[in-house]
Amino acid sequence: MMRCPEFRYFAPDTVEEVVKILAEEGPRASLLGGGTDLVPNMKRRQQTPAVLVATRRVKELHNVENDATSARLGSGITLARIAASPTLRPWSALVRAAAQVATPHIRNTGTLGGNLCVDTRCNYYDQSYEWRKAIDFCMKKDGGVCWVAPGSPRCWAVSSTDCAPALIALDAQVELVSKGQTRIVPVAQLYNDDGIEYLARRPDELIASVRLGDPTGWRSTYWKLRRREAFDFPVLSVAAAVKLEGDRVVEARVVFGAVASRPVVADVSALIGNRLDDASIERVADSASKLAKPLDNTDFTLGWRKRVAKAYVSGALKELRGDDLETLGLLARRQSMLRVLS
Amino acid sequence: MSDNPDKKVDEFNLVGKARRRVDARAKVTGQARFADDLVLPRMLHCKLLRSRLPHAKIKSVTTDKARAAAGVRLILTGYDTPVPYGILPVSHDEHPLCTDKVRFVGDPIAAVIADSEEEATAALDLIHVDLEPLTTISDAEEALRIPEPRIHDYGDEGNLHKKVAFDFGDVDEALRNSERVFEDVFFYEGNTHLAIEQHATLAAIDDAAGPDGRLTVWSSTQTPHYLHRALAKALELDPARVRVVAIANGGGFGGKSDPFNHEIVVAKAALMLGRPVKICLTREEVFYCHRGRHPVLMKLRTGVSLDGKIKGMELQTLLDGGAYGSYGVASTFYTGALQTVTYKVPRYRFQGCRAFTNKPPCGPKRGHGTPQPRFGLEVQLDKIATALKLDPADLRLQQLVEPRSLTANYMSVETIGLGECIRRVVDGSGFRARRSGGKLPTPGDIAPVRGLGLACSSYLSGAGLPIYWNDLPQSGVQLQLDRSGRVTAFCGATEIGQGSDDVLALCVAEILGIEIADIKVLTGDTDLTPVDLGSYSSRVTLMMGNAAIEAATRARDLVAKAVSDKMGVPVEKLRFAERRVTFIDDPARVMSWQDAVILAEAKHGTLGTTGSYKPPRSAAKYKGGGVGPTPTYSYSAAVVEVEVDPVTGWYDVIKVWIGHDIGRALNPPLTEGQVIGSVYMGLGEALMEESTFRRLPPKLSGALVHKFPSMLEYKSPSTMEMPPVEVFLVEDPDSRGPFGAKEVGQGPLLPMMPAIANAIFDAVGVRVDEVPITAEKIARALDAATKGRPARVGPTKFPAVAWPEALKIAPPWEGGDGTASNDRPKKERMARPGEVPIGDAPIIRPEVRR
Repeated sequence: MMRCPEFRYFAPDTVEEVVKILAEEGPRASLLGGGTDLVPNMKRRQQTPAVLVATRRVKELHNVENDATSARLGSGITLARIAASPTLRPWSALVRAAAQVATPHIRNTGTLGGNLCVDTRCNYYDQSYEWRKAIDFCMKKDGGVCWVAPGSPRCWAVSSTDCAPALIALDAQVELVSKGQTRIVPVAQLYNDDGIEYLARRPDELIASVRLGDPTGWRSTYWKLRRREAFDFPVLSVAAAVKLEGDRVVEARVVFGAVASRPVVADVSALIGNRLDDASIERVADSASKLAKPLDNTDFTLGWRKRVAKAYVSGALKELRGDDLETLGLLARRQSMLRVLS
Repeated sequence: MSDNPDKKVDEFNLVGKARRRVDARAKVTGQARFADDLVLPRMLHCKLLRSRLPHAKIKSVTTDKARAAAGVRLILTGYDTPVPYGILPVSHDEHPLCTDKVRFVGDPIAAVIADSEEEATAALDLIHVDLEPLTTISDAEEALRIPEPRIHDYGDEGNLHKKVAFDFGDVDEALRNSERVFEDVFFYEGNTHLAIEQHATLAAIDDAAGPDGRLTVWSSTQTPHYLHRALAKALELDPARVRVVAIANGGGFGGKSDPFNHEIVVAKAALMLGRPVKICLTREEVFYCHRGRHPVLMKLRTGVSLDGKIKGMELQTLLDGGAYGSYGVASTFYTGALQTVTYKVPRYRFQGCRAFTNKPPCGPKRGHGTPQPRFGLEVQLDKIATALKLDPADLRLQQLVEPRSLTANYMSVETIGLGECIRRVVDGSGFRARRSGGKLPTPGDIAPVRGLGLACSSYLSGAGLPIYWNDLPQSGVQLQLDRSGRVTAFCGATEIGQGSDDVLALCVAEILGIEIADIKVLTGDTDLTPVDLGSYSSRVTLMMGNAAIEAATRARDLVAKAVSDKMGVPVEKLRFAERRVTFIDDPARVMSWQDAVILAEAKHGTLGTTGSYKPPRSAAKYKGGGVGPTPTYSYSAAVVEVEVDPVTGWYDVIKVWIGHDIGRALNPPLTEGQVIGSVYMGLGEALMEESTFRRLPPKLSGALVHKFPSMLEYKSPSTMEMPPVEVFLVEDPDSRGPFGAKEVGQGPLLPMMPAIANAIFDAVGVRVDEVPITAEKIARALDAATKGRPARVGPTKFPAVAWPEALKIAPPWEGGDGTASNDRPKKERMARPGEVPIGDAPIIRPEVRR
């Protein structure tokens, strides 16, 4: 079997201890949530942290505080808990995103914080050490070339978090705690457009919580494309949120996941002040889907993923308008299995 | 031999009744021990250093640093295991560790044996291999174009491993005289078995015997007998000193049917070190062992009359074999052998060619070489039905092969339940009334469209001939009867999850009239059990079952004789059932089974019997006719319903109706389980599975790597993708099968791929003449249609191949006798003992090389 490289393991009880260790150990330390992403990556030698700092014993990271108008989610809560929570349903996009991560086993272990930090993915990178050696490695780990775009100076690995696009659509914020400092930033600002340095989180920072604002008047959803309805990371996702007054859109956000190295926020200002009628939805879907510029480094061909991007934006907005998912085509039906959650 | 197959189910003691299989409890409670569960005192661990180049000469392998590394006990390189081996006698082209060259990324070069797996892994990076790259051959068409450098220095020419050609009657004339001739080119992408258990092997020496100790190898293998032979050959050991135990197996599907390099390597290491050595492959390494489905490009020309009756058929296949021979010669023949056993084909031409390429070797996967041409045939029949405005079911029903008849290529068909299979699935699904008709969607339509597709197939109940030529039984069963009433059944058959242990227990218990609990089965152990050739070609139920029935009948005769003497009644008036021996004319005169056994032991001495089975001789006497014959064929028919999104081409499989001609279901839930398992695996091939390779920009890299050798990215369906399956078991007992049973492990996979392709056409009017049938391809075909091009995705050309002169064999109805008019006499072409088979790679010993 494949085995992990050696590491030192800390399992502190408090946030203070966690950030103290992070400050002392620097970039060679890695936070360990559920480990469902990190541990297989370590076995493949994509990451070889000398120190693991487990957050599981830190009680305050498991707290969920919420009322009708706001929520504060500890970063250590499991994805299964989010998916099953009745009080989080007003933030539907997040609940659906969490419910569609991988498999029940992984959702029972994987954490919200871990999903926000999940490594960017690429078919040239998510391979064993021996496989990567056979292609002479890539720039994300041990090599110098980006094999998806060999002339490119940057890495094009794909942002593969399900929760981040949903949280950006919900205008959520994260609380980043380091030794002696706390900063609150919008989730969108947590990410850089780079496959290697994809996180704007500093190595000494812990995502302590995620903060959600007032959902009143908002409707949101999350559509995920993957080959199978289990296991798979997204190869395209659309998180959409609209705030309606009467039948007019007063605020709207559409965010793509898994089409670039970070979540991509689409310009949907054309919706503001309008009804969600077919014409305006098609117009927005057309222009927004041009932002989705996938490369050939995930499952499915990129041309087809582009085609689905448009169908997904259009479908998600029609769902928010109140259309029955059953009438929105086959790919919509896959999302409808989760309707019970919202 | 089979015990009155015409009996009704209620006349049997156990046959046909649903039972929990004998190995179920151990498997579901985790008590079954697999090879990687075994731990022996002082056991060492082995890891293999594998080639990172696809094709290269090995200039040197430097191991000094690795030898000195912590925990390392031994390093082996190619010169430590210089004797080649291979599953087929005609292609002994593998070395346990590469000697002079590497042929694909993943080919093993050296082995590290260390105290722990971690230490062995760490030492791999300390071995320096100097490789001189050679031109890479990445697919079969490249192999046709690039004869040099040769991947192997044997084979029919250049990088073509095997070429075969047959004419069964004058096909050109038949096509000329056909009212319509349909020509299609299809491509079937390669895929792999994806058994959940990764291959693992433990080798140990019986150290009580010192240096002459016996070697024992526990391995996750489907073919302990062939592994036994390969170990003896490759390690130059007396086979009597080698014991192979086929331990509980976590799935084979053909992927554990070859002897493997890692098995020979750990055996060699155990012999050298006198300590147990274990290896468990990673999932990635399993992708490199492979032996999976060959990618096959094929061209099919079929001439028909206007009522859809086949007049003649011509098939050409081009197989991408990967880097070694494996079963490839047989696979090549199999792409042509079974095209004739479902519908009457009066004249038939088959030309097949297998190429060597720098990829993991292909071999037998469930259906072995036959699903690819079956896909072509069943899709083409659907096209013919559409073109001639015929119902696809009627088209097939009107020309089914007759029972107890010979085909154009001398395959001998016994019972054929295909008509009933078709009728059951057609009625069950409402096929005739519910089809959509293959109309293209109107632009702007977004509503999903449903469609139904039908396809049929056939498969062997065991290959007629063994892998190596011999005149011996193909399966043997030995019974031992104990005074307690317990009966132990010994057989070399290998339980790989398919239920063969259960069939063995059942056959013995049925004949002796005792309970399954009275039977102890001991299987797959070359020291303890009589030879059975292994779990491949769907041979076990039929061959082992018949051997078991023979052994049990002999045991029953011994017991009956003793009871008959004691009771003073004729032997034929005794009934064996419910653990008793009863006098039929006076049921009050009865004896318990145990008392009867004691009586028999007192009369005859220690009780033991044997039984064995050898298939009947085939009518196909021409060279190459050895691949395809079987005691009896199974048949399957399936209707699949899909729902297709006209915008993206995405589709869901709504339901599957499948009929399988099983002859007789011995344990119906087990039979249905095999049908549903085949459906699942077929769906995987149809929907998404593909073994594809990545070639990097040649200016920057010579790499040719498996695109995603992992279970996450090699996509195979999850339970979420599995539709409901309605199974119809068609029972028409076949006198050649045990209690009338035929195979079920492979046949029901075959109709799935073409049935889905046909259902997609029915729904949205596009043809995907390729497997897998993905949403992307459907979308491409829909786009083509809107631009006025043919609504089709698939290959358009079959490359030119210099075919050898065809063997000319007249069909039975044209006065043929199963021989070829232009064949060499059989005596000349038979490999004699001592004759060097054509694929025997040289033994490169250190003294020769250094």
